Amino acid sequence: MKILVAVKRVIDYNVKVRVKADKTNVDLANVKMAMNPFCEIAVEEAVRLKEKGVASEIIVISIGAKQCQEQIRTALALGADRGIHIETEGTPDSLSVAKLLAKVVAEEQPGLVILGKQAIDSDNNQTGQMLAALLDRPQATFASEVVVAADKVSVKREIDGGLQTIEVDLPAIITADLRLNEPRYASLPNIMKAKRKPLDVKTPEELGVVLSNNITLVSVEPPADRKAGIKVSSVAELVDKLKNEAKVLS
Amino acid sequence: MDFELNEDQIAFSDMARAFAQKEMEPHAAKWDQEQIFPVDVLQKAGELGFCGLYSPEDVGGLGLGRLDSSIIFEQLAMGCTSTTAFITIHNMATWMIADFSNEETRQHWCPDLTAGQKLASYCLTEPNAGSDAASLKTTARKEGDSYVLNGSKIFISGAGATDVLVVMARTGEDGPKGISAFAIDAKAAGISYGRKEEKMGWNSQPTRLITFEDAKIPASCLMGNEGDGFKIAMMGLDGGRINIATCSIGTAQAALNHAIQYMGERKQFGRTLENFQALQFKIATMNTELVAARQMVRLAASKLDHKHADRSTYCAMAKRFATDVGFNVCDEALQIFGGYGYIKEYPLERYVRDSRVHRILEGTNEIMNVIIARRLLLKDAADIL
Ligand SMILES: Cc1cc2nc3c(=O)[nH]c(=O)nc-3n(C[C@H](O)[C@H](O)[C@H](O)COP(=O)(O)OP(=O)(O)OC[C@H]3O[C@@H](n4cnc5c(N)ncnc54)[C@H](O)[C@@H]3O)c2cc1C
Repeated sequence: MKILVAVKRVIDYNVKVRVKADKTNVDLANVKMAMNPFCEIAVEEAVRLKEKGVASEIIVISIGAKQCQEQIRTALALGADRGIHIETEGTPDSLSVAKLLAKVVAEEQPGLVILGKQAIDSDNNQTGQMLAALLDRPQATFASEVVVAADKVSVKREIDGGLQTIEVDLPAIITADLRLNEPRYASLPNIMKAKRKPLDVKTPEELGVVLSNNITLVSVEPPADRKAGIKVSSVAELVDKLKNEAKVLS
Repeated sequence: MDFELNEDQIAFSDMARAFAQKEMEPHAAKWDQEQIFPVDVLQKAGELGFCGLYSPEDVGGLGLGRLDSSIIFEQLAMGCTSTTAFITIHNMATWMIADFSNEETRQHWCPDLTAGQKLASYCLTEPNAGSDAASLKTTARKEGDSYVLNGSKIFISGAGATDVLVVMARTGEDGPKGISAFAIDAKAAGISYGRKEEKMGWNSQPTRLITFEDAKIPASCLMGNEGDGFKIAMMGLDGGRINIATCSIGTAQAALNHAIQYMGERKQFGRTLENFQALQFKIATMNTELVAARQMVRLAASKLDHKHADRSTYCAMAKRFATDVGFNVCDEALQIFGGYGYIKEYPLERYVRDSRVHRILEGTNEIMNVIIARRLLLKDAADIL
């Protein structure tokens, strides 16, 4: 079985996000970029499935500017076999990404597509779901455990207030949650080997996809500065404040 | 000429930074305080390739250049100075065995050393031969198919916890030409270890005295030929000096990062510290000098990679400059933290303690000046460009 993993280049999670002075977007000048952490978890899961003998080949795909190839190389260093870069200007919206992925799925026929549950930059949480809808395939989102058995996959999902286990038929779409696994480090020799793994570059035109432009970014505001806290003198005062001011206790 | 990191170097340093942030930084204070030598983390580092960066590939090394290695070590040093410094010494000793030992010895030690499964120490300094290393007194007497060692080595990093010792000992006349180098099983009969030294810094690695009393080792332990030892020791140190200088750069960068962040948080006189121009100028100077030092280290590494005739001079200049600048940056960062910088809850005092020794070991900074001046005073030699 082939596994297709989609990875997104985003601002590094360690970086303090700055908003541009004109509030048109987050300032990405002089900012460290990295693979979206949820995508890293998706890659790790695919690699583990390959190590278990469930998967035979891992294809990693990223969509965006040329620099996305850095993240594809990272995934190749982590254990993916080959990469596909769909070069676009700017960052296409979720639906466009899902349409592009759907074309690649049609070409490659993977048994599983694994994505991160969301990207930490735009926090949309919709690409995986849209892809499943476009392909009319089952989806298992927020995965915290994935077990493949013959033509089915059983997925433990993180839902509000607990865990839910569902079983879906293959081929299927899975989105990875935080606790699915802890990604490994790419070893230095594997980083060197990744350079020699194949990486195809395609364009949306070649795939016959017209990028939609359904969303306009109106403005970006930084969150309000946190106000300094106060010290309470006793547990009784704290409980009182939690009850009457914060109203989180009743 | 291009001063930009290439794609590989970016990928290497990203990985090294992630490793340092997750596997070293959270534990560095504990390792320091409780004097823990984190052998498990060294093994993990070995699995990822950090233990044989510039050793050749046929013994499991990565065959990288010194410039690439410096870029990687710098990121590691941001997580834990002392542990990274040991990793660099291990890399140096491993490379020496891989480059100068016979095939049998290389294959015996190097695959485990490059994998981080075994560890190596470098043994040059003696109680009465520090800066004047060529006056060392430890002897290696040839007896049939063996050498018999007598003498002692002081301040040996890792000693007592390492598996193989690269030992410089006298096989012939007085002075550098009578010295030979050996790769010796650290557990051989006749080798004993002193108590762990109590140190100002570098507490995540043991430092001990080693005594050789009629320690009999196979003649095949000899590295190169008899009489090559001092040359081999100095070739190891060229790279070692770049490594130690790099550890200063990484530590100083970590200190500066902390200081800049703190300036945005700490308020006095109704304003955060970053509003005071005196402190703005301080960090501007710290960063400027740090960048200069980093470039100097990378220049020396590049000279070594290209086997430039003046590589040793460049390594000496880089070591002198970067370890002085690195220490000053750590000290100034501590100053920006005020009293909190002096308290162990913050890493600043550890940075100062750990980076202090970089100005002393692998040749003191005074000895670096001796090396640089000797080259400058060479009659009729080319300019150093
Ligand atoms: C924590 C630690 C770890 C170490 N690890 C190792 C190791 O793993 N392997 C190893 O072999 N060694 C190691 N060393 C030893 C280190 O390399 C020596 O301490 C160093 O070379 C200086 O030698 P010394 O201590 O004998 O000082 P000395 O040589 O006695 O020097 C004393 C002072 O005199 C100055 N001086 C000496 N000669 C001159 C001169 N000609 N001109 C101007 N000034 C001069 C020196 O710069 C210094 O300031 C370690 C030391 C420490 C502290």
